[in-house]
Amino acid sequence: MVMISGARSPLYTKRRRRNVAMMGFSFGATAFGLSWLVLILGVLLWKGFSGLSIAVFTQMTPPPGSAGGLLNPIMGSLIMTGIAVAIGTPLGILAGTYMAEYGRYDKLSSVVRFINDILLSAPSIVVGLFIYEIMVATMGHFSGWAGAVALAVIVVPVVVRTTEDMLTLVPDTLREAAASIGLPRSLMIRRVAYRAARAGMITGVLLAVARISGETAPLLFTALNNQFWSLNLNAPVSSLPVVIFQFALSPYKDWQNLAWTGALIITLAVLTLSIAARFLGSQSKSS
Amino acid sequence: MVDVALQGGTMQTAQKQAQEQAQEQVDRSKVLQRLRLGDIGFRWLTRLAAITVLVILSGIIISLVHGSWPALRAFGPSFLIDETWNPVTEKFGAIAPIYGTLVTSIIAMLIAVPVGLFIAMFLTELCPMWLRRPIGVAIELLAGIPSIIYGIWGLFVFAPFLQQHVQPFLISAFGHIPVLSTLFAGPPYGIGILTAGLILAIMVLPFITSISRDVFEAVPPVLKEAAYGLGCTTWEVARYVVLPFTRVGVIGGVMLGLGRALGETMAVTFVIGNAQRISGSILAPGTTISATIANEFTEAVGDLYTSSLIALGLILFVITFIVLAFARLLLMRLNARLGS
Repeated sequence: MVMISGARSPLYTKRRRRNVAMMGFSFGATAFGLSWLVLILGVLLWKGFSGLSIAVFTQMTPPPGSAGGLLNPIMGSLIMTGIAVAIGTPLGILAGTYMAEYGRYDKLSSVVRFINDILLSAPSIVVGLFIYEIMVATMGHFSGWAGAVALAVIVVPVVVRTTEDMLTLVPDTLREAAASIGLPRSLMIRRVAYRAARAGMITGVLLAVARISGETAPLLFTALNNQFWSLNLNAPVSSLPVVIFQFALSPYKDWQNLAWTGALIITLAVLTLSIAARFLGSQSKSS
Repeated sequence: MVDVALQGGTMQTAQKQAQEQAQEQVDRSKVLQRLRLGDIGFRWLTRLAAITVLVILSGIIISLVHGSWPALRAFGPSFLIDETWNPVTEKFGAIAPIYGTLVTSIIAMLIAVPVGLFIAMFLTELCPMWLRRPIGVAIELLAGIPSIIYGIWGLFVFAPFLQQHVQPFLISAFGHIPVLSTLFAGPPYGIGILTAGLILAIMVLPFITSISRDVFEAVPPVLKEAAYGLGCTTWEVARYVVLPFTRVGVIGGVMLGLGRALGETMAVTFVIGNAQRISGSILAPGTTISATIANEFTEAVGDLYTSSLIALGLILFVITFIVLAFARLLLMRLNARLGS
């Protein structure tokens, strides 16, 4: 009887109504968050898909008013991303190895871990300014190399973080087994620990590629842009994000359309990469 | 004879064996020596790589200070509070971009923090198990979309929508209320501080959501079960048990999102309007530190102009460094507590 009268009391009704309202809010917030993803991807597909054709991948960026494609920015982006990964991955893996294998509990590792986490979310435009100061200003001209190094600076913290995390997950019994058959530590790391953590480390590299393939700010004043076909990394090199930036803000309709197509290409590439990375990551965890 | 010959034969084999043994020992010591050197070498290589991370950070700070030195010397501390930004007379002050950066980030956090926390609550308390992973991944994909995509979408889709539908409504609704009428004054441009803040809110939402979800999941189930046992509603458990327990981690996640919002460049550059002035209305165009650098750096002529822009970069880096360092300290404190 007490229970029933309690259940009908004004306080109880108030609490229940409040609960229902808040649950409604949380349901709404999730729908709100997901709707942006749908909206953005929907608009991208709608605006960018019509411009997608073979010409986009085989022709140069056009002057306003004529037809063309995005071949030179796509190539520029691929080359600079490749170099950035080639520089940043070994550096990041080695640094992550030190933190997870050699100095897991020492002072240097905890300082590097802290600094690395800050670099991980530091504004990318500041990285652009840094490379401008040390490469563009000293060499006297914008260059593809400067763009690639700027991207490499962004790759390093991502790879350091995932390498350290993944190596920490490798069970110590594996290391002990390797040590007991007399394997030196460096060989143990390379032959046993790396092999056990391989999937996770590849995930890190994929995430880093996804991160830099859309980066615009650090390229604006390092690699600059190039209207023409050029594979010379000592000269300005065009890249997909910078071309999108330039074309989208131009008053020409056909340039804007190309910008939408470029945006669709980048987004599809980045989302594919991050889904692949996630898939690989979940597989390595379950095995 | 035969004996001797035999003996000679065994002696020869014994000698040979001894020789071989010696040879093998030399080989083994060589191999061990090589392995030892390889070991030391690899150890130092990894150490050097770890130190490189510190070198990158110091390099960023040193190069920014070096690059901004001419401007800081020319304008002194008044650089921080001066509103002038005039490339013709070479007179520069940073307060307008600093103001824009702070206001857009505040607008973003005002929206993204409650929404992010509610989504995290949905994912940890309400959502059926089979839906948790897909929804979580979808929200995280929002974080993966490059910022330039947010920019182009904001400029061509979101800003016109705000201009035609939302801003006229805001102007007429708040036009007669004292403080709000200045906040929402002026013609609906579409682009401006409010639009930039809204785009930033969408961009930092995934960061806040995923960190809050992770710390919510780390709450020991006994605590929640005890509260449910007392007859608490889901909301009461979330508000009075989960949130107080995870407060430090949630604040850390919020600061991490704030760090992102402060430094975000491309999305803001598209929709902020690039006006070097402070205006009372959040519908008016403005600028942020990163948008100013992105727009003007390649066109800057003269050392003082370039140097002033690098000085802006230095200010941005100092602000984000403090925010991010604070966020990391809080998250480390939470991890230490959960670990113990």
